[in-house]
Amino acid sequence: MTQHVTIAREEPVIWHLAEEEHPASPTGLGFWIYLMSDALIFASLFAMFGVVSTAFAGGPGPRQIFDLPLVALNTAFLLASSITFGQAIPHMEAGRVGPTRFWLAITGLLGAAFVGVELYEFSHMIAEGAGPDRSAFLSSFFALVGTHGAHVTVGLIWIATLLIQLGSQGLSEAMKRRVMCLSMFWHFLDIIWIGVFTFVYLYGVIR
Amino acid sequence: MSTSSHHAVASHSASHGSRAAYRAGSILSIVLTAIPFLLVMTNVLPDRGIIAPMIFALGFIQIVVHVLCFLHLDTRSEGGWTLLAFLFTTIIVVLTIAGSIWVMYHLNANMMPMPGGPMDGSVH
Repeated sequence: MTQHVTIAREEPVIWHLAEEEHPASPTGLGFWIYLMSDALIFASLFAMFGVVSTAFAGGPGPRQIFDLPLVALNTAFLLASSITFGQAIPHMEAGRVGPTRFWLAITGLLGAAFVGVELYEFSHMIAEGAGPDRSAFLSSFFALVGTHGAHVTVGLIWIATLLIQLGSQGLSEAMKRRVMCLSMFWHFLDIIWIGVFTFVYLYGVIR
Repeated sequence: MSTSSHHAVASHSASHGSRAAYRAGSILSIVLTAIPFLLVMTNVLPDRGIIAPMIFALGFIQIVVHVLCFLHLDTRSEGGWTLLAFLFTTIIVVLTIAGSIWVMYHLNANMMPMPGGPMDGSVH
């Protein structure tokens, strides 16, 4: 009783996709997804720090080891670098290579100052015997702040790369895309730092 | 022709608006960073118990300002997918941090007293 039914068609079947507006490149959304996943890494580091932030193991606490004027200076460097990056964006959109490179270089110098102060702070703490091996509190502190510092260092390498590429390639569409991704990365790191100076340094000193 | 000129006008006004947002965000972020540092580093408030909720509130506001003014998060870009990914991430971040601290605080509170206090010894 099985019948093979063959439907004759005169024309091939054509599927029409819904007309959706596609961005010129998927990089913007893809990089955004990367930043969100990076936020999850920092969330787990913040959670770990929050859990062991009073496990001093008889070692020094935040009041003994945190130098707030130094943290304020560092915060000012990073915040200023976010603002100077914002100065580069209108020049980048208008295709002006010189001012874009100038503001990117200023941003890089401020970021390098941030990393330098942070390395000074770390070496000072380790020399005082408050290294990551001293207590759970210090382990989680170095893991969280060190991961952020490593991100800023990668951002510095990225800035140096773009400064060279801007010199050789100018502001092509690909270069504009790279500058925009770096801009998102840099602002993202500043947002993480808000959590660090609020939760780790300021709250650590007053709790 | 009309669509391309419309696009040009829209992107121009968008970048103009984002530039104004950038300026506002810069000023706000400086103020919102300076206030918590001043609160903690100077003894402006005699009652130190109120400082903690204040610095957390200011930090939260500053994060919102940075996301809106610097990362330009809105409902339209990439067809709303950036906003959706951001909201999902926010839920996971809040669950991870608040949940971990909540659970581990109760765990510590219910532990047997240890020599030197429950949170003072090695990590459990």
